[in-house]
Amino acid sequence: MGWFENGWGLSLVVFLPLVGAAAVLAIPKANEQAQKATALLFAGASFVLSVVLAIQFDYGSAMDFQFGTDLSWISAINSRYIIGLDGISLPLLVLSTFITVLSIIYSWEHWPEPHNPKAFLALILVLATGMAGTFVALDLILFFVFFEVVLLPMYFMIGIWGDRNEVTLPVFKRTTEMRLYASIKFFLFTLFGSAFMLLGFLALYFKSGDFNNGVNTFSMEVLSEIGRAGLWGATFGFWVFAALFLGFAVKVPMFPLHTWLPDAHTAAPTVGSVLLAAILLKLGTYAFVRISLPILPDQARDWAPAIGILAVIGIIYASLACLAQTDMKRLIAFSSVGHMGFVMLGIATLTDIGINAAIIGMVAHGVITGLLFFLAGSMSHRYHTREMARLGGNQKLMPVMGGILGFTAMASLGLPGLAGFWGEFMALLASFNPLEGLSESLFRTLMVIGAVGTVLAAGYLLWMLQKVNFGEPGEQWQGHTFHDVDAYEMAAWAPLIVSILAIGVFPRLVFGATNDAVVELVAKAFGG
Amino acid sequence: MNVDYHALAPEIILGITVLAVLVVDLLRIPKYWTAVIGLVGLFAAFVPVLTLGFCESLDFCTEPETAQRVLFGGSFVVDTFSLVLKGLFLGATAVALLLSVGYIEEDRYWQGEFYFLMLCSALGAVVLASSRDLVTLFVALELVTGPTFLMAGWRKGDPRSNEAALKYFIIGVLSAAILLFGMSLVYGYTGELTFGGIRAATAALGDSALLTIGVILTLLGFAFKVSAVPFHFWTPDTYQGAPIPVTAYLSVVSKTAGFVGLLTLSYQAFAELRDVWGPLLWILAALSMTVGNLIAVRQDDIVRLLGYSSIAQGGFILVPFGAAVAGNVTGDQLEQAFFATVTYLLIYAVMNMGAFAVVIAGANRLKSTLIADWGGLSSYAPGLAGLLALFFASLAGIPPIAGWFAKLVMFSSVLGVDSGWATALAVIAVLNSVVAFYYYAKVIKSAWFDQVPDTIPAAELRGMGRAVAPSLQFALVLTAVGVLVLGIFPNLIADVGDVAKTVAAGF
Repeated sequence: MGWFENGWGLSLVVFLPLVGAAAVLAIPKANEQAQKATALLFAGASFVLSVVLAIQFDYGSAMDFQFGTDLSWISAINSRYIIGLDGISLPLLVLSTFITVLSIIYSWEHWPEPHNPKAFLALILVLATGMAGTFVALDLILFFVFFEVVLLPMYFMIGIWGDRNEVTLPVFKRTTEMRLYASIKFFLFTLFGSAFMLLGFLALYFKSGDFNNGVNTFSMEVLSEIGRAGLWGATFGFWVFAALFLGFAVKVPMFPLHTWLPDAHTAAPTVGSVLLAAILLKLGTYAFVRISLPILPDQARDWAPAIGILAVIGIIYASLACLAQTDMKRLIAFSSVGHMGFVMLGIATLTDIGINAAIIGMVAHGVITGLLFFLAGSMSHRYHTREMARLGGNQKLMPVMGGILGFTAMASLGLPGLAGFWGEFMALLASFNPLEGLSESLFRTLMVIGAVGTVLAAGYLLWMLQKVNFGEPGEQWQGHTFHDVDAYEMAAWAPLIVSILAIGVFPRLVFGATNDAVVELVAKAFGG
Repeated sequence: MNVDYHALAPEIILGITVLAVLVVDLLRIPKYWTAVIGLVGLFAAFVPVLTLGFCESLDFCTEPETAQRVLFGGSFVVDTFSLVLKGLFLGATAVALLLSVGYIEEDRYWQGEFYFLMLCSALGAVVLASSRDLVTLFVALELVTGPTFLMAGWRKGDPRSNEAALKYFIIGVLSAAILLFGMSLVYGYTGELTFGGIRAATAALGDSALLTIGVILTLLGFAFKVSAVPFHFWTPDTYQGAPIPVTAYLSVVSKTAGFVGLLTLSYQAFAELRDVWGPLLWILAALSMTVGNLIAVRQDDIVRLLGYSSIAQGGFILVPFGAAVAGNVTGDQLEQAFFATVTYLLIYAVMNMGAFAVVIAGANRLKSTLIADWGGLSSYAPGLAGLLALFFASLAGIPPIAGWFAKLVMFSSVLGVDSGWATALAVIAVLNSVVAFYYYAKVIKSAWFDQVPDTIPAAELRGMGRAVAPSLQFALVLTAVGVLVLGIFPNLIADVGDVAKTVAAGF
């Protein structure tokens, strides 16, 4: 099994979906069963392999990169194919392959208009490669390529299968279809951020030669060593951190760069929203943990208060925005901004507790909000509306669906015993005692405001439940019979429900992998 | 005189092909044979480019004592740079020829002459890559440009084509005049024609206003050729009016020829005058990117959009020259800048040719180049719409399609220089690449997200329009495979760009 552990296994996890995409495209358009089976086969194989890796993973040395390889790629700029898996990336890699499989299962019988499963499946598979690749790349250019690979498929997914309702654009005073506006907005925001991120990467590359025997490098490990030694210099570090921040913060998204998110999530087809919320947002937060903190630790210290403040503004702002929503899907979208605020607050404390909280928060948000978007999609498919005012009595019309919605909303508001609890609780805990040198009074204030945010979150989620689930069904639904949860939906959702419970009860499932790696990261970068 | 015929073989083969096309055109055989002979000639000319490039590993090849073959007293040099560019010119012309076959056939006149002219122009480009003195450079450049005046006006019944040709001709003559005036000043001041001689003379004689004016005028002459803003105004009209394959040829081969002139002049002849051309090309780069992009955003016609896009891309290609604006720039960094320009040119050639191939295929079918008329293309021609997305995303620089690597080396060439001006140019380039995505996406959006407009009769959608000609299919496959492979394995192109740094060596 030597080949499997020396990079091949990890590469297969990343590239099998891409091969699958090519295979799906090669199947004639009419043969939809074969397309679905092929897509599921490749995504499933990728998932199974990632689980095999998780089993073989040496948890005793979770701080080391395992299953990796280091091959020549673009020699002219000394960019290399360096991949590897440590305790921080392992849960996220498994999450991404997991959600991909569930998305394909859910899609089996739920095709958004215009149909065309062939193109849809191919895009999901390309997305899968981009997402998995981002979590294992250890070379900045390789990371950049994977980070960007997800853009085009998501752009097409929103633009082709997205929401066809007309909207009036705020500034341009023109009406256009939601999907057209949301898709280009999503792309331009992300591209804007990642273009500056690339400049930051290049700046690191050119500066690295001064401290690495004249050899410029994109290797994250080498760059981290330079950063740990504090060699970058104040002005240089400030600007590079700012450039990277722009790239990552747009993706997360952090207030005030979040405005693309509600539109994109609302306009995307169900599976698109699920993948966006569950995985794509994590690319940004993961990048903070993987790149910004270890490579630019001194600057991270300087920026931490600002990041913490923005994170908390995001939490409060998103909660208030949620309370003002009438559209169920848009409410869930705004709640993502809030949850990612907790993740960023955890990161901003620069402590091992905070970063552990951030990672379990990412995983939990992935499974919980993924499920919420699935539910919102299935419900709007049945009711043909997402207006909460017109819904109501869902519990009576579709008891199983209503039950799952209630369960997931509870998980989302951070009920102890379910997955959402750990991330929020520990992020607040960490801000009580941030890294030495960070202002304690500031972070404790942030903690209090963040705690208010959790109350608001409970408020808007219960309010949503009340409007959607409880009460008597409206008159318009009289005489309608609704199909409750069907087999494909159940097959896609049951694993998510199980993971929400499992992570809630045994957070060790995640911490077991992350903790050693996070402690090592904090110790190396901040000497804590 | 002892002439190295091996070094001249590409030019000789191409010259024979040009004549062969003329003769075959007189015979009573189908006219497409002229195109076939042209293609065979281009491939045949490619063989000596390879044998020259890999000389050291070939038995029959007698290696020169130095790394480069210098002919005719230094006027004509065959080095790795010129070989790479010759390869680019031959390949791009072959694709342009493939694009022309179906298109020119429709008009049913003077096919033979068309290929004759195109090959003449390509011969000029191939010579240009090796030109290392002012006169050879000028003659080669005019050989590139002259035939294209005629080609631009090929649709003689179409007033737009006439306008295109006339405008192009007048601007072409104007730029030639400016170029010659500048060259004469440089010659007058230095007394030298070869680039090496000019460099040595400028180093010895020092600066003077006369020389500065000469250098500026010479470079501005080339600025017309590469349609850098503010010398671009002929470009959109000419590109839109000319037959689309000719536009493809102009935007790749003719434009690259202009850049080759800029490269060899700046990095060799005017190597000591970086403080003159550095700021000048910095300004041209910034203007071309910004103006080209902003106007492209407003275009409704896909060919015109590609015209402005090529102006903007020209700006990106000029960006690495801007590295020289810094006083503390090192020889290494200048080599990197040179490498970036050559790499960008190579990738640009593949993706722009591909984009034009898609446009030709689509325009052939829809009889329209309005972006709105291309709405819903994916519903009846998914393959073509997929290729369209591929090439336009590549032009926008989205990984993992080839264009991203061109953008990357371009950014890195200026960021590597420790200077505020160079960094500022990188930031301008970044902002522009975001703007550029907007209009490339506009085309993708039309093809994929929009409905089929009512103006397009339903019969045409069902394949009533002519199927894509086999030659065009071949060109599409070739370029599509090219952008994908180069995007995922950019080292293939980077290594080629890397060996082409010879001209910039010696700082």
